[in-house]
Amino acid sequence: MEEPIIKVTNISKRYNITHQKGGYVALRDVLTNVAKSPFKFFKHKTKKIIRKEGKEEFWALKNINFEVKKGEVIGIIGANGAGKSTLLKILSQITPPTTGEIRLNGKVGSLLEVGTGFHPELTGRENIMLNGAILGMSKKEIIKKFNDIVEFAGIDKFLDTPVKRYSSGMYVRLAFSVAAHMEPDILIIDEVLAVGDAEFQKKCLGKMNDITKKEGRTILFVSHNLAAIQNLCKRCILLKNGKIETIGETKNTIDKYLNIKSNLINTPLRNRLDRQGEGNIRFTDIKITNSEGLETIKSGDKLTIKLKYRSNFEKDIEDIRISAVLYNNNEKPIFRLDSDLTKKTIKKMKPNGEILCETSRINLGTGIYYFNLAIENHYKLQDYISHAFTLEIKNNNMLYDFTNTNKPNQQVDNIFIAHSFKEHLK
Amino acid sequence: MNNTITIIKPKKTFSLNDFKEIWQYRELFYFFSWKDLKVRYKQTAIGVLWAIFQPFITMVVFTIFFGRLAKMPSDGIPYPIFVYTGLLFWQFFSTALSQTSMSLVSNTAIVTKVYFPRLILPISGVITKFVDFFIASLILIGMMFYYNYTPNLAGLLIIPLLLLITFMAATGGGLFLASINVKYRDVRYILPFFIQILLFLTPVIYPTSIAGRYSWLLAINPMTGVIKAARAALLGNAPINWELLGISFIAVSILLIIGIVFFKKTERYFADII
Repeated sequence: MEEPIIKVTNISKRYNITHQKGGYVALRDVLTNVAKSPFKFFKHKTKKIIRKEGKEEFWALKNINFEVKKGEVIGIIGANGAGKSTLLKILSQITPPTTGEIRLNGKVGSLLEVGTGFHPELTGRENIMLNGAILGMSKKEIIKKFNDIVEFAGIDKFLDTPVKRYSSGMYVRLAFSVAAHMEPDILIIDEVLAVGDAEFQKKCLGKMNDITKKEGRTILFVSHNLAAIQNLCKRCILLKNGKIETIGETKNTIDKYLNIKSNLINTPLRNRLDRQGEGNIRFTDIKITNSEGLETIKSGDKLTIKLKYRSNFEKDIEDIRISAVLYNNNEKPIFRLDSDLTKKTIKKMKPNGEILCETSRINLGTGIYYFNLAIENHYKLQDYISHAFTLEIKNNNMLYDFTNTNKPNQQVDNIFIAHSFKEHLK
Repeated sequence: MNNTITIIKPKKTFSLNDFKEIWQYRELFYFFSWKDLKVRYKQTAIGVLWAIFQPFITMVVFTIFFGRLAKMPSDGIPYPIFVYTGLLFWQFFSTALSQTSMSLVSNTAIVTKVYFPRLILPISGVITKFVDFFIASLILIGMMFYYNYTPNLAGLLIIPLLLLITFMAATGGGLFLASINVKYRDVRYILPFFIQILLFLTPVIYPTSIAGRYSWLLAINPMTGVIKAARAALLGNAPINWELLGISFIAVSILLIIGIVFFKKTERYFADII
């Protein structure tokens, strides 16, 4: 049997989170603190420096084991904060694991961010050299591939322009292009395809396909783009809260991932454990209805969102910010409801109670969407829950008739707007 | 298959492989230094002339205030060339020290996203300062012609040794400070202050003789040995004090070793806490 090219045994990673009281520290506050209670202030500071206070452990990864064969493309999926990026950082030696061992049988190239080390003042040509070197290519190698890189990025006209004058699209294209021409045995890629336009993304996926099929290289690949994962990878790892939930055939793993997501959603909000924030205020329930009070939401409905919460406060809570962001199934944000963006209608709220948010007509296409919820108090996050609510817009002929023609839109496009066509007569 | 095998473990011991790896990545030294040099004078009107301007103006100001007005002794050498010789090495040391100390923090994006031997970043910072040194030394050559000084052969041969000592001092201290800076940004505030104080503890604007019988105290500072030897070699005001130079060399060697060991010990966690 052939030896695996990557062998990961028992990898765990612990972070110490230090709680900083107050978030931003302003000199004025520090001075008032010192003036108020000098003794307490210095005691606290010393304790903090010798790390006796405000220390909490957090296991970003726990007992990860897996093997990868040569020429395999492995996808890594999981919700935000599941440990995907930490795993890639350990594999690319940027940060050490707390326990365990990894054996890598070959040269590793990693692309955790597009355009690392690009310098805005340098020209495209100079940045290709610099970025290539930072990614571990030799000068000879870069010179040999220079023309390919330029051609792939399609920026030959701007080769001698400083990249600070590039459009963001050109910038990303150039950066990806340099990275795509690395020749490591193992390529580690983190969510880099999320940038760039659709056409370029396709080109990148094609390039990655070539890399593995023709050149037999091994790729580890993190993405929220499940379609891309399905196209590229035979096997897939699903991470959940720092542990491997499943490892196996891509289709099964993706199904399981979607299942977990919907399982989470079926858990009542008050029982959810996967939340962030200080916890002085917690959401306990969310209910979304349309203006007629029905829970089946159709496109074109106005939403009424009812949020119940509980808090540790005894007095009314001031300086509140509540936000809800709607995501589509690929974890792309669609729109944001934010009490900071509206007129400040909530000046203060009761320690326990309910909040109502009403929207205008939502022009969403058929599909599944998620709401993430967050609440802040004095600019400190109190509660955050991803996938707090699933909104399913069904394809049931009941989509709102935005065009007033009795022919509702049944396509699966995310958003549609009222419009009309007519012949332009002069 | 390529037989580079990498083993990633929680604790990595300091081994010969580290140096091998640095050798593998040696081109990065060139690229980082090249980038620094390229970027530094972009969008400036007089460009690389700044490397000459700064020490030159400092020399003029020092000559007026210390040389003319304060009548600072200079061991019988014209004050401008006396102070410039000191400044040349001093500026190399101080700019290299601050560049090294800031090297990790100012490259956070690279440190947290790409792997390469971290030692390359601070050291390539010093390399760029060499270039400034050579550009600025053109002025010194000009002044030597003007004041009619001819260095003896031994004097010229000793310059590389002096540069090496300065390099080691700046790198050793810089590596130490750079690792601390990753965690405690206090370094950023202490350093300029520290360098300013150190200027007065180094015989740049005055000769060591001014300290009288306490001049041995100054010898603790390795830059004292360097600057004294540079003046002795180039301006011939005194024989080269080999003993003092030896002490300096031993001191900076120890400093460099401490710097490297400390840096290597902390480097793996840079990405987590930077």
